[in-house]
Amino acid sequence: MSELAGPLDALARHHLGGDGIAGLARMTAGATQEIWRFALVRDGAETTLILRRAPGGDRVSETATGLETEAALIEAAAAAGVPVPPVHWVLRPEDGLGRGFIMGFVEGETLGGRIARGEAFAHTRTFLARQCGEVLARIHTVDPAAFPDLKRVTPLEFVTQYLEAYRATDWPRPVFDLAFRWLLDRCPPPPETPRLVHGDFRNGNLMIGPDGVRAVLDWELAHVADPMEDLGWICANSWRFGVEDKPVGGFGRREDLWAGYEAAGGVKVDPDRALFWEVFGSLRWGVMCCGMADSFRTTDPSVERAVIARRTSETEIDLLRLLAN
Amino acid sequence: MQDQPHPSEIIAAVARFLKTTVAAETEGATAFNARVAANALEMMVRQLALAPAAAEARELASLETLLGRRGDLRTLNTELSRRLAAGEIDLSTPGLADHLWDITLTKLAVDQPKYWGYQAALADGAPTQEP
Repeated sequence: MSELAGPLDALARHHLGGDGIAGLARMTAGATQEIWRFALVRDGAETTLILRRAPGGDRVSETATGLETEAALIEAAAAAGVPVPPVHWVLRPEDGLGRGFIMGFVEGETLGGRIARGEAFAHTRTFLARQCGEVLARIHTVDPAAFPDLKRVTPLEFVTQYLEAYRATDWPRPVFDLAFRWLLDRCPPPPETPRLVHGDFRNGNLMIGPDGVRAVLDWELAHVADPMEDLGWICANSWRFGVEDKPVGGFGRREDLWAGYEAAGGVKVDPDRALFWEVFGSLRWGVMCCGMADSFRTTDPSVERAVIARRTSETEIDLLRLLAN
Repeated sequence: MQDQPHPSEIIAAVARFLKTTVAAETEGATAFNARVAANALEMMVRQLALAPAAAEARELASLETLLGRRGDLRTLNTELSRRLAAGEIDLSTPGLADHLWDITLTKLAVDQPKYWGYQAALADGAPTQEP
């Protein structure tokens, strides 16, 4: 059993109204965060909860919002009608568990391939893209003024941020340079009204049940920017799981995503902007992957990280198919 | 001459052990990581089989033709990246698209030959670089 069990048991007694915890186990998902599952025991009954914390308790990546902000974002999203797991407790230093928070466990499926291709979700796929549009419209109503620490970025700044991250790897990738040139030549001006964007809203970060989106997860890349960015990212090639003709996460059509977004109060969708962010999505995921080679050599020498670094070439072939076919 | 078995045979055997024994007899994070480790080893078997020297010689010759100068792979790739970033060359430059396709397909054949985007590119008529 982990060294987390003692402090977590104490926290459950003092702050969660429980008699203790049971069944603490590390979950596999999450290359940048630790995710633990445990049961809160109360009067003999067990409720499953999730502990999300920084790797090793305190390592926080430079691009992430910070776990305290992430917890506040989830609470603000809940108030805006976005399906999210309820936040039960934000860790404090005296809890002895590092940085992070405890949230409710939402039953469902996050594996993108099963959601895009599984028979169990065949009916769900008929309405999921539209529902994702509705959820995004609600996320974009969260008032950014409540989050002064979140990064504000124009489209040009956002692309440039990833260009610099790519350059910092000091490893030439001519396909990436071709794609950055293409995007910089077509970069849209700043939006009229920047919004709170989730930043990683895609198949794989959504808890899905037969009834559709049950929870939006992984808020660590949220920032204030062009709302079309979220509508493009979920359509990037990298999240289609082999179902190329269903651009929305491998399960739906862009038109349905956009219709749901507009019907739920989102701004009128600008298809050119959304498609710009879709192409950028492949490149952005590529830069995230190739950065894994550096962190593999410095902070986290896990096999998983090495293997993700080697997935960079997937995005290179996606970009060539988009730009050089 | 080193003795047998060849490194790729031994690595493949370790990958099989991780998949059929470790992953099968454990669960959760350990089973998951055993499968990831097996996949990593299988990738290395493909890289050894691809005869990197031949692929790199082809890439170097192509870079020298494109850039009109000589140098090592790292230097010439850095130069190609710089010229693309500056817009000095682009997809209308003769030979550039073919070069980018060739180096990318060569990477995919090692990294992720099952990736659907790679399979779709091959189905669309991209030249094969199977190891």
